Amino acid sequence: MADLEKFRAETRAWLQANAPKALAGAGGSELEGVWGGRKARLGPDQKRWLEVMAERGWTAPTWPREYGGGGLSPAEAKVLAQELGALRLPAPLIGFGLTMIGPTLLQFGTEEQKREHLPRICRGEIRWCQGYSEPNAGSDLASLQMRAVRDGDHFVVNGQKIWTSYADKADWIFCLVRTDPAAKKQEGITFLLCDMAVPGVRVKPIVLISGASPFCETFFDDVRVPVANVVGKIDGGWTVAKALLGHERSMIADAFGAPSGRARGKGSYLAELARRYLDGAGGPLPDAVLRDQIAQNEMDSRAFALTVQRSRDAAKAGHKPGPESSLFKVYATELNQRRYELMVRLAGPQGLGWEGPGFEPDELERTREWLRSRANTIEGGTSEIQLNIIAKRVLGLPD
Amino acid sequence: MQLVLTEDQELLAKTATDFVAQHSPVSRMRQLRDARDPLGFSRALWREMAGLGWVGIPFSEAVGGAGMGLAELAVVLEALGRSLAPEPFLSTVLLAGQALALGGSEAQQREWLPGLVEGRTILALAQQEARSRFEPQRVTTRAERDGAGWRLRGEKIQVLDAPNADALVVVARTAGADDAREGITLFLLEAAASGLSVERQTRIDHRSCGLVRLDGVAVGPEAVLGRPGEGLPVLEQALERATVGLCAEMLGGMSQAFELTLQHLKSRVQFGVPIGSFQALKHRAARLFIEIELARSAVMAAVRAVDAGDADAAKLVSLAKARCSDAFVLVANEAVQMFGGVGMTDEYDIGFYLKRARVAELTLGDAAWHRERWARLEGY
Repeated sequence: MADLEKFRAETRAWLQANAPKALAGAGGSELEGVWGGRKARLGPDQKRWLEVMAERGWTAPTWPREYGGGGLSPAEAKVLAQELGALRLPAPLIGFGLTMIGPTLLQFGTEEQKREHLPRICRGEIRWCQGYSEPNAGSDLASLQMRAVRDGDHFVVNGQKIWTSYADKADWIFCLVRTDPAAKKQEGITFLLCDMAVPGVRVKPIVLISGASPFCETFFDDVRVPVANVVGKIDGGWTVAKALLGHERSMIADAFGAPSGRARGKGSYLAELARRYLDGAGGPLPDAVLRDQIAQNEMDSRAFALTVQRSRDAAKAGHKPGPESSLFKVYATELNQRRYELMVRLAGPQGLGWEGPGFEPDELERTREWLRSRANTIEGGTSEIQLNIIAKRVLGLPD
Repeated sequence: MQLVLTEDQELLAKTATDFVAQHSPVSRMRQLRDARDPLGFSRALWREMAGLGWVGIPFSEAVGGAGMGLAELAVVLEALGRSLAPEPFLSTVLLAGQALALGGSEAQQREWLPGLVEGRTILALAQQEARSRFEPQRVTTRAERDGAGWRLRGEKIQVLDAPNADALVVVARTAGADDAREGITLFLLEAAASGLSVERQTRIDHRSCGLVRLDGVAVGPEAVLGRPGEGLPVLEQALERATVGLCAEMLGGMSQAFELTLQHLKSRVQFGVPIGSFQALKHRAARLFIEIELARSAVMAAVRAVDAGDADAAKLVSLAKARCSDAFVLVANEAVQMFGGVGMTDEYDIGFYLKRARVAELTLGDAAWHRERWARLEGY
């Protein structure tokens, strides 16, 4: 405990000395965060922040030092996150390299794969995207059809992925391909890493109801991928795929479940927002129904955060982790949707703006974020799929 | 704050679970109801629980207690809640017992608490009135000055275990308007006091409670608990602790109701398959599981925050009670639906959970009341 407090003091001092002052209070959300990669355009402060943090291994605090991580214990990483929060500093780097493919490579990757990819993720040099869904393989992911045919030291890949988040901004893609069409559908799948700069990869953004295009269609036309880029065993990719989905669900739960930063608000952010649109400067909000809905939402958030904490405390105490990530994914995404719906409702007619005069920038952003949030319960495995997982693996209900 | 049981708490939980399995199945509660047992619980079992040290958990060693916290008591209450055990923890240990432990003089504590801890003495807190709903400061029972002492007049409703109590802590107003925060005084009255009458009431959960009528009950100054006119803070602290304890019991009740339902989903066959294979029921069961998990986190946090005297303890208590109220009622409603026709029969135990869920929901503040309190504590 004393060691942890010493670490806290050192961390705070180091952050104060090294973090660019102008970044305090900047957003680290999906829209505003630094994702890195070859195509990234960083401001000078963001660039310096990324460099000093990567140098210290703190873009991936718990990864081993030999792969560019910080080698911190979970308790130390929590202290680091708390100190970043206290100084209102954004994460120096976010993205699927850190949250999805990195943890998966640590678990399943060869030594060569770890040495090649992990340090470049930590330094923000390569941005990754996820090639899972296909037009005919959504919730029924294992029915995917994108083909990879062996040709010497390479696979030749043909087919299409869809809903590839930020494929247009990414450098590498990890994808599931079918290597044995004759096998049972889960058994002929291979997990493959692919550089998107090679010939035959084409990306087309999809415009969503929010007006933004965070998702793409990704086409593969005779793309040659070295066999050395297989993670896990050939035809054994489903095991790797499921482990990664667990990381993805945790990532989504972390992102939506523990509100932080300006976009999601802290404490009674919702009440502050309500006061902009309702009369009454202080004291009880004049609209009893909205007040109750705000309290309900904030209490849901707190109960969820406590549940995440309880799961971590149980893991620290040596209890085996269960399939909680499904619980977290369902609850966090629905909570985020309720929160954005409430924010739009609090604004009344001012919550309806798309663009142009008469609306504040933050009003327009919230409305678009509300529309974006409708995808939360679809992406990363729909709520219905998560409920199936809970029913089967936790409750033991029959097929 | 660690949201995990210590090794000692794990051990206590196991002892309590084994005890419940051996001595306190739900059938015991059914027998007490069918026999219209005037006491409503088992004195022998209550003494055994006292012998195990459970009754004395939150009391000081000076009066024979264990000097432990609500975290330990919660573990026991959860196990008892699973089997709907009607023993008077809420009335005696939490409501009246905590009011006495927090606000009583040394003499009052010495007189009553050792017997309580040994399982001999039953106490009740006469607080709720016909129009008080969940507001502790809404008190119309009056105590008028009478020489050096007081005279109490008023009526209290659904006072838990009042018909069995040896003494009652009575909340009365010595000054101020009917809902003023000042002017509330706690009195400790022997059940035999002249002018005090108790009439047994029967509620849907069949636990003992009664109408308490105070018809000019004369008491001396030594009957005052704490200081005249300053009773509300003590009362509120006792209610806070009782609320946490009730939440732990509710957690046990909803967990058991859910497990009974899961068993039914796995064993009941229709259309040639277990009904638990139907997705319409699977998804609802999974959602109940999520609600129970969140309720458990909230209760564990509330218990630990109250024990530690944390600044946001009050908020966490409201979080726990709001969640437990909503979750227990939801689980019980869904359980009866999933049991189908047999869920409506008196023969099946699941209906007992439905009734207890409703009583617990409307005891010590329902979900909406606690959300309102949360909003107030958050300043909006």
